[in-house]
Amino acid sequence: MLEVALRHRFPGFALEARFAAPMPGVTAVFGPSGCGKSTLLSAVAGLLRPEEGRVVLDGTVLLDTEARLVLPPERRRCGVVFQDARLFPHLSVETNLRYGLRRAPRGAEGPALEEVVALLGIGHLLHRRPAALSGGERQRVALGRALLSRPRLMLMDEPLAALDAPRRAEVLPYLARVRDRLRLPILLVTHALDEVDRLADHLVLMEAGRVLAAGPIETLAARTDLPLLASRRDAGALLACTVLGHDPLRGLTRLRFEGGELRVPLREEAPGTALRIRVRARDISVSTEEPRGLSVQNVLPAVLEAIDPAAPHEAMLRLRVGQAVLLARITGDAVARLGLRPGQRLWALVKSVAFAGPGA
Amino acid sequence: MLTPEEWGAVRLSLAVALRSVAFGLPPAVLVAWLLARGRFPGRALLDALVHLPLVMPPVVVGWLLLVTFGLRGPVGSLLNDWFGIRLVFTTAGASLATAVMSFPLIVRAVRLSLDAVDPGLEAAARTLGAGPLDRFVTVTLPLIAPGILAGAITAFAAGLGEFGAVITFASNIPGETQTLPLAIYSATQTPGGEATAARLAAVSLALAVTGLLLADLAGRRLALLLGRPVR
Repeated sequence: MLEVALRHRFPGFALEARFAAPMPGVTAVFGPSGCGKSTLLSAVAGLLRPEEGRVVLDGTVLLDTEARLVLPPERRRCGVVFQDARLFPHLSVETNLRYGLRRAPRGAEGPALEEVVALLGIGHLLHRRPAALSGGERQRVALGRALLSRPRLMLMDEPLAALDAPRRAEVLPYLARVRDRLRLPILLVTHALDEVDRLADHLVLMEAGRVLAAGPIETLAARTDLPLLASRRDAGALLACTVLGHDPLRGLTRLRFEGGELRVPLREEAPGTALRIRVRARDISVSTEEPRGLSVQNVLPAVLEAIDPAAPHEAMLRLRVGQAVLLARITGDAVARLGLRPGQRLWALVKSVAFAGPGA
Repeated sequence: MLTPEEWGAVRLSLAVALRSVAFGLPPAVLVAWLLARGRFPGRALLDALVHLPLVMPPVVVGWLLLVTFGLRGPVGSLLNDWFGIRLVFTTAGASLATAVMSFPLIVRAVRLSLDAVDPGLEAAARTLGAGPLDRFVTVTLPLIAPGILAGAITAFAAGLGEFGAVITFASNIPGETQTLPLAIYSATQTPGGEATAARLAAVSLALAVTGLLLADLAGRRLALLLGRPVR
């Protein structure tokens, strides 16, 4: 468990954040630029000393301004991955990787150099200098260097934000591998929702220096009262799914979720794999009668739980499908035309192709 | 080509310049680091003090040294009484005067390269478990090495030609404190010394050019070694 409570004032900006993140697992701190999420991470790492605060990691107090206890960053054992890799330019990739390893306390457990090198696919880079690496390679080496310092907590400060789309797509799977294989607690700061979907278990939502909400990611994604999430064009419920099977001939994969089955474009994961999928609210339509003769692959019986106002002339519907909740964004006109009211039985329609493309 | 006396002046010049750099370098790096990274009261004063020799007449620097390190000066008398060290009118004194004059050159070069070092790298080293001295030695120092080298070579080249402060503090004693510029000056004051002056001036020029070329070469090699793009 990581407990964070901070208060710090900058000219024209105040950070006042408090949250607890379950460990192990990945906690994403999500919010728009300038909301204070990177400041928060710096304070956990010890690179910024807040005016008031308390940071406790699994019972070890890293910071307690009231007790005048401030552990310096070099003794916090937090592995930090910065946005701008920050590899030492005068050292080879291998020496960079060993920098933290050499300084890790004796007896600290963690993966060996070979293991990390294999995990991140950087074996062919070991003798190069950072200047000779691509942006994606640099970030992978930085990730490895932080892992090898045998940290108790990994802190990632928008690790993919400085990369272009192809480089991001290259590095993101490695972050997922690190999460799955090493079972390290991770605090991930990001403003990209697809990173949250792909990596996080727990979400801390920040705006203007304050924590708006915190909790399991599926719970927060299904809430309509959080404009930061709900007003986004890519807002929508996150469903925990299991791969049931593939139909390569028809180009479809069947996924099982708590409310039934979904058909999505063919995926690579083996049957039985657990994955999370975001069903964007704008991709769902509803029907008051069971529809026939449609191209839509996914027609799910649902109960309308609530109608919340979204953007002007738009409404966000909360639909209960079995145990799961889906969000649907439709026009205000459609609500009036169909005479929608809470409690009504509906059919939710989701096109399969809506799941294709980035972030699907 | 050169007479033994002239060779003596060249050798003395090299020795004085070398000593001034050797003794001046460590404190100059420390002061540069304090000025670039430190936040303490009196920082502006230290900055001004270090740069004083650049803007003051060298003769005034020499006079101040004479007042301070002379046999009756506050520091000079103590050095003489306790350790039997006499600086005025000695080679060591010439080195001290040269070191004081070239100190700001090293500080400026080192500080410039310190400003170019991303503090983020030092922060990264901290998160990887490196303490203050460890960070300085393994990250900061290698990254400012080109600046240190450039500063040292510039200071050495400038030290070969220091005139005013040396002649005021250490006087013009052949074989003791008569460095190249002093020897040239003496030659121009002596009837028939034109040839000597010309030869020594040529040596002086050659040394300066060699120094600059060496600095450039060393800087490039070092930049390559440190994994930086060479401009």
